[in-house]
Amino acid sequence: MIILKKSLLAAALTFSVLTPVVGHSAETSNIYYGVQIEEFEYRYGEGGEKLFAFDGDAFIGTDELKLRWEGSSELDLTVNRFESLSNQLALQTPISDFWDIKGGVRYTSPEGPDRWYAAVGLSGLAPQWIEVDTHLFLSEKGKLSADIDIEYEILLTNYLTLTPSANIDAAFSSDREIGVGSGINRVEAGLRLSYDVWDRILSPYVGVVYERKFGQTANYVEEEGERADIWYAVIGAKLMF
Amino acid sequence: MRKSFMQSLQIGFMAAASIAILPSMSVAGTYDLTVDRVIIDTGDFQKEGIGYNGKSPGPVLRFKEGEDVTINVTNNLDESTSIHWHGLILPFQMDGVPKISFPGIEPGENFTYKFPIIQSGTYWFHSHSGFQEPDGAYGSIVIEPEKRDPFRFDKDYVVQFTDTHPHSGKRIFRNLKMSADYYNRQQQTLGDFFSDVRKNGLKATIDDRMAWGDMRMMKTDIEDVQGFTPLINGKGPEQNWTGLFEPKERIRLRLVNSSAMTYFDVCIPGLKMTVVAADGNNVQPVTVDELRLGVAETYDVIVRPMDDKAYTIFGASMGRTAYARATLAPREGMVAEIPEMTKAPLLTMADMGMDHGNMAGMDHSNMKGMDHSSMKGMDHSNMKGMDHSNMKGMEQEKDSFYANGSGLVPTAANGGKFLSYADLKAQKPLYEDREATREIELRLTGNMERYIWSINGVKYEDADPIVLQYGERVRFKFVNETMMTHPMHLHGMWSILDVGAGKWDPAKHTISVAPGTTVYSETEVDAPGQWAFHCHLSFHMDAGMFRKIFVEGGPKSASLNPSEQGVLQ
Repeated sequence: MIILKKSLLAAALTFSVLTPVVGHSAETSNIYYGVQIEEFEYRYGEGGEKLFAFDGDAFIGTDELKLRWEGSSELDLTVNRFESLSNQLALQTPISDFWDIKGGVRYTSPEGPDRWYAAVGLSGLAPQWIEVDTHLFLSEKGKLSADIDIEYEILLTNYLTLTPSANIDAAFSSDREIGVGSGINRVEAGLRLSYDVWDRILSPYVGVVYERKFGQTANYVEEEGERADIWYAVIGAKLMF
Repeated sequence: MRKSFMQSLQIGFMAAASIAILPSMSVAGTYDLTVDRVIIDTGDFQKEGIGYNGKSPGPVLRFKEGEDVTINVTNNLDESTSIHWHGLILPFQMDGVPKISFPGIEPGENFTYKFPIIQSGTYWFHSHSGFQEPDGAYGSIVIEPEKRDPFRFDKDYVVQFTDTHPHSGKRIFRNLKMSADYYNRQQQTLGDFFSDVRKNGLKATIDDRMAWGDMRMMKTDIEDVQGFTPLINGKGPEQNWTGLFEPKERIRLRLVNSSAMTYFDVCIPGLKMTVVAADGNNVQPVTVDELRLGVAETYDVIVRPMDDKAYTIFGASMGRTAYARATLAPREGMVAEIPEMTKAPLLTMADMGMDHGNMAGMDHSNMKGMDHSSMKGMDHSNMKGMDHSNMKGMEQEKDSFYANGSGLVPTAANGGKFLSYADLKAQKPLYEDREATREIELRLTGNMERYIWSINGVKYEDADPIVLQYGERVRFKFVNETMMTHPMHLHGMWSILDVGAGKWDPAKHTISVAPGTTVYSETEVDAPGQWAFHCHLSFHMDAGMFRKIFVEGGPKSASLNPSEQGVLQ
């Protein structure tokens, strides 16, 4: 029930913003769209934790201006509750050959209190083909936080790809209510081996993910009887369409 | 003009011919084309595409020089369409580019093209609307000359190359916009890294990868769109189109590249090809073992098989991801060996415009330039990878239409002669040679990662038209700043390619500009109105490597006021 409510909210939020743009696309040909799901996976933790994790985005727009939805979530399957759930809508525009800036809003609605944020971001391709996506968030409580995602693809063959990735979350001040301590509070490193079975539309993968929480954030988690660092085996699929 | 339209109309009624070869005495012919949804079967897969008169490729339209043609086009699609007569010199309203020549042909509607045929040779036609051309909307045109051609042949075949892709053009373009390397399955892998380490050492290999990684560009970026099946006259390699001959006959092969994105290196193992025409215009015969057929180009070659056996017409794609295959044989069902494709080329720093030796001493610094770049270790693997035969080939016949040290320089599979643009000399110049009145620089630009293609850094949608004056002779300077090869096509007027032969420079309709090179062509501005000018790689054109050309002045009847542009827009 909770899941339904949350996903309806996210869908409604996305739809209401996208509708006018889609209407426009019927008349012009230079509007593109795409959906990319980087993570759609089942995680099995070293202590028997079972999670479903999702990370993806969708865009519509022109070369010059895109509207991009980014969503991520971790659903604890044993207790059926969202450890994390985030939806973001932002406008994105190029600032150089390889870099875009974006600005918009983000809404997090996991178990516990929800938060609205103003978000600005920078995403693009760094030298040596390193994909970077980073944000700065200002919450409705006036708290500043940031995240950065880094990803690199190692082609074992032209179909078999090994992808190391790292996500780092940091906060400039703590927000106890939502369990966030100040400083670098969470790091997640992943290594996934994927195979393109259907163009680049469907690429199943297996991998490992290591997640570690730091400082106060770790304390908050441990107070709830959970582990501050954990290894997961993951199985899932990348999707692009 | 009007009179000839009336004439052709009257005679057209009497003739009432559809795609038939008219008796040679006729001065006017009427042709009917329907634009249809069709099924294309490549042997590897079937797809729904677009064709003419129920099939793709459409028919061979056979015209005669001096004929006034009337072509009735019926659009059976549920979307707007158009037909452009690629390479034909005609009034701009008949050129078939929506929003430039005319509004287009709406679903269920007819459009009648009427124009005089004032040239001869091998050409082709295709849709200029949306992604209909990559979806199969093309056919070929053969124009018989008024006087006989200055070479002999007993048989005459159109050999039309296409690159049929399982995805629709629309989908390909969206995928490229989403991820520019979506279709590149030739990227360098970890295995390539280790084999380069073995060959060139760890440091050189890392330096090489770092240099390319720093630019965020790929050496393998030669074919944007892979995964197609090359067809010849609508037949895949397994379906094997076959042209019959009697030994000792001279066969004229009219090579046409109607591909959306793919260049082909064409050879017929066991036969020399004598090139007699390029882009429809006769050239001084040059005998070669192999030639590179750029997108939208045509070459006429004469071959003379002496033996009672089959020969393979083999066209390896420039990036070596696929090959086209057909057969010339004395009898149906005979086949010859299908050769292996030679190794896939890799771009070098020279193709990225990074070779400093390239600017000046094109002719004398070949070896030096190569040693130099090897020293720098910028592209060590490739230098080593260039075996001796390749080096020799470059010494013997360096091709100034490729960057100095380019990885794309073609070599014939049999080690023989590969046609260069520099070999093309007009058989009979179309125009008197004169000094150009001015030069227009066109930098071919793009952003591969975003799949944006442009001219002088500006996409078509943001660009002003290029304004030319009727009667002037313009020298176009193409500076290719991208790592891809662009076949630049000017509508309505000839592009006289500067091969350094003065009055014998050949007149073409499509000029292929290799990466890291500067190429010049001159145009006698003799056609009033407005015209399209673009890269003929379908998805580069659609991404913005396109300009409208506006010719001011000239005969009143055909010209258009600049202020009227808005109306046609």
